[in-house]
Amino acid sequence: MAGNVIGKSVVRKDALEKVTGAAKYVGDLKFSPMLHAKILRSPYAHARIVSIDTSEAKKLPGVKAVVTGEDFHQYVGLYLVDRTLYAYEKVRYIGEAVAGVAATSPEIAEEAVKLIKVEYEPLPVVLDPEEAMKPDAPLIHEKLHEYKCVPFIFPVPHTNISNHFKIRKGNVEEGFKQSDYIFEDEYYVPHMQHCPIEPHGTIAHMDQKGKITVYNSCQSPNATRKLLSAALNYPVNKIRVIAPYVGGGFGGKAGATIETLVVPLAMKTPGYYVKLIYNREEEFRDTFVRQGMKAYVKTGVTREGKIMAQELKMIWDGGAYTEYGANITRAAGYTSGGPYEIAHMKTDSYCVYTNKPVGGPFRGFGMGELHWALEQQLDQIACKLGIDPVQIRMINACRDGSINACGEKLKDIGLTKCIEKAAEMIGWDKPKEQTPGKVRGRGIACMVKGPAMPPNAGSSAVLKINEDGSANLLITATEIGQGSMTALAQIAAEELGMSVDKIEVALPDTEYTPYEWQTVASRITYSAGNAVIRAARDAKRQLKELAAVGFGVTPEEMDVANDKVFLTANPEKYYTIAELSLGLVLPNGGGVGGPIIGRGSWVPEGLGGLDPETGQGTKAVAHWTFGCQAVEIDVDVETGKIDLVNVAAVYDIGRVINPCMAEGQTQGGIVQGQGVAFHEQMVFDENGKLKNPSFVDYKLINAVEMPRMSIHFVETPLEDGPYGARGFGEHVMVPTAPAIANALYDALGIRVKSLPMTAEKVLKAIKDKNSR
Amino acid sequence: MMKHRIRFTINGEVREMEVKSNQRLLDLIRNDLDLTGTKEGCAGGECGACTVLVDGKAINSCLMLAVEADGKEILTIEGLAEGMVLDPIQESFVEHGALQCGFCIPGMIMSAKALLKKNPHPSEMEIREAISGNLCRCTGYEKIIEAILNVTQKQA
Repeated sequence: MAGNVIGKSVVRKDALEKVTGAAKYVGDLKFSPMLHAKILRSPYAHARIVSIDTSEAKKLPGVKAVVTGEDFHQYVGLYLVDRTLYAYEKVRYIGEAVAGVAATSPEIAEEAVKLIKVEYEPLPVVLDPEEAMKPDAPLIHEKLHEYKCVPFIFPVPHTNISNHFKIRKGNVEEGFKQSDYIFEDEYYVPHMQHCPIEPHGTIAHMDQKGKITVYNSCQSPNATRKLLSAALNYPVNKIRVIAPYVGGGFGGKAGATIETLVVPLAMKTPGYYVKLIYNREEEFRDTFVRQGMKAYVKTGVTREGKIMAQELKMIWDGGAYTEYGANITRAAGYTSGGPYEIAHMKTDSYCVYTNKPVGGPFRGFGMGELHWALEQQLDQIACKLGIDPVQIRMINACRDGSINACGEKLKDIGLTKCIEKAAEMIGWDKPKEQTPGKVRGRGIACMVKGPAMPPNAGSSAVLKINEDGSANLLITATEIGQGSMTALAQIAAEELGMSVDKIEVALPDTEYTPYEWQTVASRITYSAGNAVIRAARDAKRQLKELAAVGFGVTPEEMDVANDKVFLTANPEKYYTIAELSLGLVLPNGGGVGGPIIGRGSWVPEGLGGLDPETGQGTKAVAHWTFGCQAVEIDVDVETGKIDLVNVAAVYDIGRVINPCMAEGQTQGGIVQGQGVAFHEQMVFDENGKLKNPSFVDYKLINAVEMPRMSIHFVETPLEDGPYGARGFGEHVMVPTAPAIANALYDALGIRVKSLPMTAEKVLKAIKDKNSR
Repeated sequence: MMKHRIRFTINGEVREMEVKSNQRLLDLIRNDLDLTGTKEGCAGGECGACTVLVDGKAINSCLMLAVEADGKEILTIEGLAEGMVLDPIQESFVEHGALQCGFCIPGMIMSAKALLKKNPHPSEMEIREAISGNLCRCTGYEKIIEAILNVTQKQA
């Protein structure tokens, strides 16, 4: 049966290539003539560059180009244009790119890097964002007031604050007065790394016409192209970005990072292909990292557990450049009510420069950090008031008609169903099993997230119908593992009434595949999915029109299904899609119409800005996706080690497009969330040097540690989602850590409020409690 | 740099090649033999993306020197399928949707291959342990474990 594939576990389009080793990633590509790049990086967290001498490096045989900030100091940035291609005049973190070398072998490039002499004059280093906010703190960006930025980012000139986002909803003081109890606490999240198993990689080439081609392990071919174009003042159509398979992104390959170093080298060596693949240390330190965050939360509640008011201050450790990170602090700001309706709110979210690696997008886009604070805070309130943690969430949960932090009236919200189902699945009301020698605890946490993007972020799709009735779908969504090729093929097949096997999906090449803003924000199924629907309907319209000419009827009398275009009233009369693919052939051999190409464009409508002083407005994001996770843990009181035993995850994703992929995405998110909870943190020394840039010292969860997981999806259709689908790819890692923290309290009556919950911290908390 | 002549079998084919003293087996496989299915993720023996079989045992090819391959039999991901016919492990990974970005998958499958060679009916815990040196950032391992369990159950 053709079509009818939404909700089916269709086999992944990329499966065969990936299980046989045939799938090519950037590092697997070879060209001739090829050069290898290496980067000289700053040993200082904050210093003035006094001089750079590249003469010895340039003399080394095999070296073809050396570039520095002297040649390439153009500004680049997605939301706040604060970063130069190479460090210029100053370095702002240990690891910042100071010079690049392209040579005939990686060994020669490495040797040449060592021959570059840089004189630095160290400057005061600022590592603590709260120190950096003080009026007398050394400025990391003296020219912040001159930087270009989008209209919804608010830098504070002549400070280290690159964005100050505010929510002023209701009257927070009045809300506290109406409260029976007030709770205040602090929570902390350290820096983290995305750790895609494939490091960032780029191969750049400029031909003698000046055309630049970039083979890129990236999430955002079009955004990368635009950022390069803007920085280099270079025509967009002279830059071509090709993204083969990408070995994991999680946000770290969004915007532009490594490519801004490689393209300048290619521009100095026309005709050569310049290749740079990051080593793991660079991958940890010199791509985007997840920002650290300190949250101060004050909550007013009634004795029945209703939240009346919330005052929240979030201080984000944005790192040396916040071109992308500034928008994360905004997203966390406009979502600062979390999944709950709160009448009176005051939120201040500050993005602060520090001399640390560059903060940027990371799966969750601020939500993991925000919910770490809110979900423990609510749990503490529940425990103090003697209200069940599930019950307090049901009391406060957003529902249809709730007004969120920005004043938007919500609809089609399935959060309460998620909470009830997650509680049921974990056996919330049942007695706990016990593991000998360990103490079991149960915890629950909810979450909400919307796709953070500019209000006009668009998608497009082209669908070419071929002469055998098959189709090629052209899109610029990158396949980063999330399954976009498969989900979008399913959507095209559904609309066209075609077998999904007949649809071949292209990997992005900005020269041929149409515009996509970025593969971020859990937005591809939603946004590109809508573009694919429109492209398929466009092709279908053309097919019907041609068939109608052939049968001498109107297009409205035609229908498309099972690879055929037929008369609705008499399905025996039909053309196959193949017969119409190149246009209708008349009995005399002449043609009508020509080859069928469907096109579809889409942008979410009704989005707008928020008031800069109050954060109030109509609609901050395209839609909201809610979910809930409940967990069971075992704590070893002798060692402080926590085992994550069971996880129940329930999300309202509107419509499940591919159950197997949706489940896989959720399992992966839970386990990434488990890593956040137990292990993951970037550790810096007092000079700002990253101490653990390897998998030896920065542990990811392995197959032995992962928990038993049960997953369920609620399907409350989203009005403008494809078949009702909502984005959820990032959401699934957000509540894992706070749910575990809440389970730890349930088990032992202790709280660890700073991530990660290492055995040492847990053991200390146990001892502190016992000594009280 | 001194060069050495080595003779080895790779994916069933006998090869003789000159390698440098400091060359890693991973470089020989990826750069000299163009078998790019074997991936480099960390160069430190921690992520397992470069796992190949040497005389039937799963090893991190980033930690083995190419000269040590002399006289050895090497199997990479490209050597599993026969033409278009997949190895049952590969087939099971496809069926169970046990992959996302795919970068860890060749190494994961090679670790599974080594396990099933010596223990055709492993328990779930034995599978977890066998792939514990293969990091995956996307899948959460669940479907991978299911896929490997299913190969063994099919064969039972």
